[in-house]
Amino acid sequence: MDVTVPSNFLEAEGLYKAYSGRPVLQNFGLRIRTGECYVLVGPNGAGKSTCIRGIQGITPLDAGEIRIAGQPVQSLPHGGRYTLGVVPQEDNLDPDFTVAENLWVYGRYFALPRASIRRRTSELLEFMLLADYAHKPIAALSGGMKRRLTIARALIHEPRLILLDEPSTGLDPQARHLIWQKLRELKRQGVTLLLTTHYMDEAERLADRVGIIDHGRILDEAPPAELIARHIPPMVLELRRLDGSRPDPEDWHVGRVAAAERVGDTLLLYGADLAGVHRHFAELGGLQLLLRNANLEDVFLRLTGRDLREGDRE
Amino acid sequence: MSTWRHYLPGWACWALVARNFRVWRKLWLPSLLGNFGDPLLYLLALGYGLGHFVGRIEGMSYITFIASGIVASSVMNTATFEGLYSAFTRMSVQKTYAAILATPLEVSDVLAGEMLWSALKGTISAVAIIVVASFFGAIHWAGVPWALPVILLSGMAFAAIALTVTAISRSYDFFMYYFTLVVTPMFLFCGVFYPLKTLPTLGQTIAQFLPLTHAVALLRPWLTGHWPTDIALHLAVLAGYTVVGYTLAILLLRRRLLV
Repeated sequence: MDVTVPSNFLEAEGLYKAYSGRPVLQNFGLRIRTGECYVLVGPNGAGKSTCIRGIQGITPLDAGEIRIAGQPVQSLPHGGRYTLGVVPQEDNLDPDFTVAENLWVYGRYFALPRASIRRRTSELLEFMLLADYAHKPIAALSGGMKRRLTIARALIHEPRLILLDEPSTGLDPQARHLIWQKLRELKRQGVTLLLTTHYMDEAERLADRVGIIDHGRILDEAPPAELIARHIPPMVLELRRLDGSRPDPEDWHVGRVAAAERVGDTLLLYGADLAGVHRHFAELGGLQLLLRNANLEDVFLRLTGRDLREGDRE
Repeated sequence: MSTWRHYLPGWACWALVARNFRVWRKLWLPSLLGNFGDPLLYLLALGYGLGHFVGRIEGMSYITFIASGIVASSVMNTATFEGLYSAFTRMSVQKTYAAILATPLEVSDVLAGEMLWSALKGTISAVAIIVVASFFGAIHWAGVPWALPVILLSGMAFAAIALTVTAISRSYDFFMYYFTLVVTPMFLFCGVFYPLKTLPTLGQTIAQFLPLTHAVALLRPWLTGHWPTDIALHLAVLAGYTVVGYTLAILLLRRRLLV
């Protein structure tokens, strides 16, 4: 077949949305490559859910264009919903049905043939480790199982793009790791993923690229490591005193680190090599020290909220 | 996708009817028992008890008179309850509609599906009453084929109004207004228990604007071996309530669900 697969599976351009005059999306744009896992991180109210619901065609947008595989969504049958699987933020499994029935009924909404729903149901329950729960009511499931079933439900019609709005919020660590594992498996199967979260570790573990969103626009986007390298020196030293007083009252660090930042009772020092600085404070004593690699959370906080003081550069 | 599909339903609405039927099937026995039991009590208490003092009314026994009235009011109650409480539960508590809107179904399909299902449920209860009433010799079967489409249409009309109320409701408490101000007055003043002409003129005029009056005006003759008058007018009022209710509900529901 001479079908040209566009390199971007999902494109959003110039999206605007305001609720009673308050802008939620402002000239928002997004390009997600086929087979990519793109993670949108941002504080609450940054516009993540509105973006997902806008792409889905649930939230009417004030302006902008969304294309799936190069086609404007309005031109696709049912607004592209046969191509999209959606895992919403709030649990909306159908409590009137069992686990398997939830998949059955959902498949019928897509008008899938009965035989293919049956086949998909057993595949998906197996894949999401829910086969033993097929005939259990929804109320008998744990939070993690419900989320896995919601993902299974989103996959019933074999969509090529899945939108997940905060898929691991409220889950315990075991449940989160299982979800991540399953999402990586989906990605290996060639499914394109767009995921929102406000957990940085989730973004770091799953994303091919991370986009940081605040006030309805993307502030920066890149693969996680690149994003960190772009904004923050590679090492961070956190200093704190047990009594809450200033960790370095004489400002010894000034001129010895690339950047520093005071957040409440904590002093954050940034640099390429902080071994010497760490040794100095360790010998001083009376301090809680944490020497670690810079991570996405540092970048996130820097871009969305607290500012890094740049004046301390050597 | 063309814009009219946002406002007019397609075949996809039957997927919602099928969903609701699947839920009903799980509890069909108690549900049917309720459908049989309630009217049986009404027929016994009012038909025999009160009927003893009433004697004959409009040329028929009282139990025959109220049997057809109870068929009509039961369609109203069943379709209304489904369009209010059940639909509100699916919309607000269970978020079923939110889940459905990620599928090819539109708000129009959800609304039409709920209306059809409510009307079907109303029809199930009407048929249950017809069966029970026929044991008392209160039903003429010849007219039943004519009555059934009217029962279905009445169910659509009551469901359409109820779903409009649901679309603007913030909680279950709001439904009490609708029951006290609309449903109960219709139950008592639209000719279910006594002929309309016993009401004062003003009452009769008001009753002419209420859908239950027109459902009774069609169902009573057909279920008691007579032929109704002004059939077109009664059908037009019921169809009018269906269309106006649907139109209001689709506008309100789209505003509520698509945010």
